[in-house]
Amino acid sequence: MNEQSREEQSLFLEFPLESLDFMRAGEASSELKQRLKKLGVKPELVRRAAIAAYEAEMNVIIHARKGTMRVEITPARLLILVEDEGPGIIDIEQAMQEGFSTASQAIRELGFGAGMGLSNIKRCADDLVIQSTPDQGTRLQITINIEKSDR
Amino acid sequence: MKLLKIQQILEAEILVEADNMDKEIRVAFSADLISDVLAMCCEQALLITGMTHVQVIKAARICDLSAVVFVRGKRPGPEVIELAKHNGIPVLLSRLTMYEASGLLFSAGLSGINQISDPH
Ligand SMILES: Nc1ncnc2c1ncn2[C@@H]1O[C@H](COP(=O)(O)OP(=O)(O)OP(=O)(O)O)[C@@H](O)[C@H]1O
Ligand SMILES: [Mg+2]
Repeated sequence: MNEQSREEQSLFLEFPLESLDFMRAGEASSELKQRLKKLGVKPELVRRAAIAAYEAEMNVIIHARKGTMRVEITPARLLILVEDEGPGIIDIEQAMQEGFSTASQAIRELGFGAGMGLSNIKRCADDLVIQSTPDQGTRLQITINIEKSDR
Repeated sequence: MKLLKIQQILEAEILVEADNMDKEIRVAFSADLISDVLAMCCEQALLITGMTHVQVIKAARICDLSAVVFVRGKRPGPEVIELAKHNGIPVLLSRLTMYEASGLLFSAGLSGINQISDPH
């Protein structure tokens, strides 16, 4: 397959995300999951993509003001890009630690705030890049390989 | 273990019926945090939980849980049942505590996630 036909085979999806919109919470990743299933992506990869997307989506809804989730699907890989405007993450290393959470009591009552989201994303991704600027926002780039995936 | 047997052991009320109550459940786990559900979920899994808000069903849908049991008689709202129905996720309601429900199922031979070969 040459690069040209690869280009043609890529698919882009985009979902807006709003802070504290618990009605719509999880809908973007659920729709992404349906789309991947329909495209015939391997169930194990669909599951990993859905979990990573869901955790990233919920982090925007819970911790940021607003954002977007963009997904690019090519035969080789899935790229999930989640960008938000929000407080940013001051210490990424600390945020990655299981159990670390700044979620409020009200959010915890909904079952969030285990401090497990980012590590769930890392576990599901083949590659994860987190960039964040305090007081501006956060950008997560999650890659899941499709071709040659042996996971 | 068949879902029907789980329902009998837990003396559970069926809130959302499965297309097939004979469907096989391979493994179970208990969690009261959404991210724990996503960390532990695996195929053909049953979730035992005290969380009864709609986010639980959204998480169940993301990781293809086979069924959800609400414990301690905490009855979820109609929107929870509606979403579960819409997504084909069977839901049971048991009066037992999470400890009792988990213990009974474990004693009856339903595995935990660390006892199966591929917990992912
Ligand atoms: N998009 C974001 N914007 C600002 N801060 C974030 C963002 N995502 C994560 N964080 C920070 O990193 C911490 C850890 O995130 P993580 O997803 O691991 O846990 P959590 O969201 O607190 O709880 P859980 O995901 O288990 O429900 C958060 O508590 C928050 O302080
Ligand atoms: Mg999170």
